[in-house]
Amino acid sequence: MTGQALRGLRTTSWAFGVGALALVWIFPLLWAVATSFRPPGSLGSQIASLWVHHPSLANFREAWGEAPFVRLYYNTAVVVLGILAAQLVTITLAAYAFARIEFPGRDLLFRLFLLQLMVAPSSLILPNFVTIRTLGLLNTRLGIMIPYFASAFGTFLLRQAFRGVPRDLEDAAAIDGCGTLQTLWHVFLPLARPTLIAFSIVSIVYHYNEFLWPLIITDTDRARTVTVGLASFTQSAESAAQWNLIAAGTVIVILPLLVLFILFQRRFVESFMYSGLKG
Amino acid sequence: MARSEATLPAAVGPSIRLRTAGQRRRRAVQGYLFLLPSLAFLAVFTYYPILTSAELSLYRATATVRAHAFIGLGNYAAVAADPVFHQVLHNSAEFLLGTVPVTVALSLALALALNRTHLLVAPFRTAFFYPALLPLIGAAAIWLFVYTPGYGLMDVYLRNLVGNGANWLQDPMWALPAIMLVTVWKNAGYYMLFYLAGLQTISAELYEAARIEGAGAWHTFRSITFPLLGPTTLFVLVIASINAFQSVDQIWIMSAGGPDNTTNVLLFYIYQMAFMFFDLGKAAALTVFLLAVLMGIAALSFRLLERRIHYEV
Repeated sequence: MTGQALRGLRTTSWAFGVGALALVWIFPLLWAVATSFRPPGSLGSQIASLWVHHPSLANFREAWGEAPFVRLYYNTAVVVLGILAAQLVTITLAAYAFARIEFPGRDLLFRLFLLQLMVAPSSLILPNFVTIRTLGLLNTRLGIMIPYFASAFGTFLLRQAFRGVPRDLEDAAAIDGCGTLQTLWHVFLPLARPTLIAFSIVSIVYHYNEFLWPLIITDTDRARTVTVGLASFTQSAESAAQWNLIAAGTVIVILPLLVLFILFQRRFVESFMYSGLKG
Repeated sequence: MARSEATLPAAVGPSIRLRTAGQRRRRAVQGYLFLLPSLAFLAVFTYYPILTSAELSLYRATATVRAHAFIGLGNYAAVAADPVFHQVLHNSAEFLLGTVPVTVALSLALALALNRTHLLVAPFRTAFFYPALLPLIGAAAIWLFVYTPGYGLMDVYLRNLVGNGANWLQDPMWALPAIMLVTVWKNAGYYMLFYLAGLQTISAELYEAARIEGAGAWHTFRSITFPLLGPTTLFVLVIASINAFQSVDQIWIMSAGGPDNTTNVLLFYIYQMAFMFFDLGKAAALTVFLLAVLMGIAALSFRLLERRIHYEV
């Protein structure tokens, strides 16, 4: 066998081997999408197949009617964007202080920030629940958001980007009469754009998907997010074995992020590659 | 940290030339002011709750008692004597040891397989990565069906291969492995990205040299690739371990800790103790324990993470 033929064979077996595994990986998603389009009530053995004989939107109509998805989406959007907006302010200021200002105790404070990477708020659900209750923020979107307003992860990421900003630019801005905040706005933030985008994507994905914390903070639909809505929806539909309905509900919930991912695939992959830690 | 900081030229010297002591002092005050918003939120929602957990764990605080009564280490004694807690510890260890090494090895294998140029590399990477974007609760809803006895995907497709499957999520032997499989499926593609990034940093010359010396694929992996990916492996191990203790959404929807507590893990037990059994004192003691575990992982990995944050991110 010639070398070229051998290489061709290797590539083919690589494609089939990895491809088979990739198919296993993507199968649950394909199944959920296929099943969500299957007419309600069509159970039996064909439910495990990917083929849909008579596609129908009936499951989506029913799912949409059974859970207040508009309200849930609205809450999630407010929570996710609210967290991000607050984080961008807090991490910009903190990252600048750590990157460019000298003050006593800086290293110690930096270590204190590090603590949040290890002790994510999910492990502090009990004491934070007590705090939110004391503040009277149960069943509010602010109650879901507020523990995340500071982000050690974002601070580190941005601090790293700020360190790469040339001194000359900063000094030139100072000579032009820019104060620190103006310099931040006109020099640092534009140069740190890739980092800001990466952080924003990771933050949005993380908080869109968050479940346990919004679950315990809400006991009505008033402030509930989509993940909490999907969970209670799934629980009631599961007892009736309405898999088509569960699939439709799940697709409704995962669709926004999947669409964004398909549109901005490279950006997403790069951001997550860059991230290392969630938060 | 002071040492590593000094080695970075970017951190040397103040950014704006500060001539007088007064100017320097004003600049330092500005530093504190800039940290203030972050520190305020960290104080209320990270530092303070660590302290209150420790405090609350010393009190009897259940739904039935009106005023919290100080009982010293009573909650810890109760937890230590609680057979469910022993089961939970056992499950958590099994979950950690069963998911972390498998996920890390798989993500490394995927990265090695997909670190090349080919038309199919991009779609393959997407296929492995996308579960990381799904909400765990949504992924669990799908997998709930995968494991449904009789007509779920697992049973239907396995039946053709090995005969009848189990009632996966109701079987005490299979329930935890079934949930662990979801965790591996969800995270492997995410960690793969770190390995792909790590592979980019290995110089092609090394491989060229190995090829010239006639080293085989396995030998090249053993003596070049794996050692040079060491920092990435450690980093992924830490992230995966911390995640193993902090993600329990799938348990909530797939098994609620059952059957017979065989899928109950530490964070889920805290959730149950606090929000279903309303024993806040015991839940606080469990929280302190979880924090100790997380801090332990942190202490082990602190230097490593710091280095990574300084030089790589």
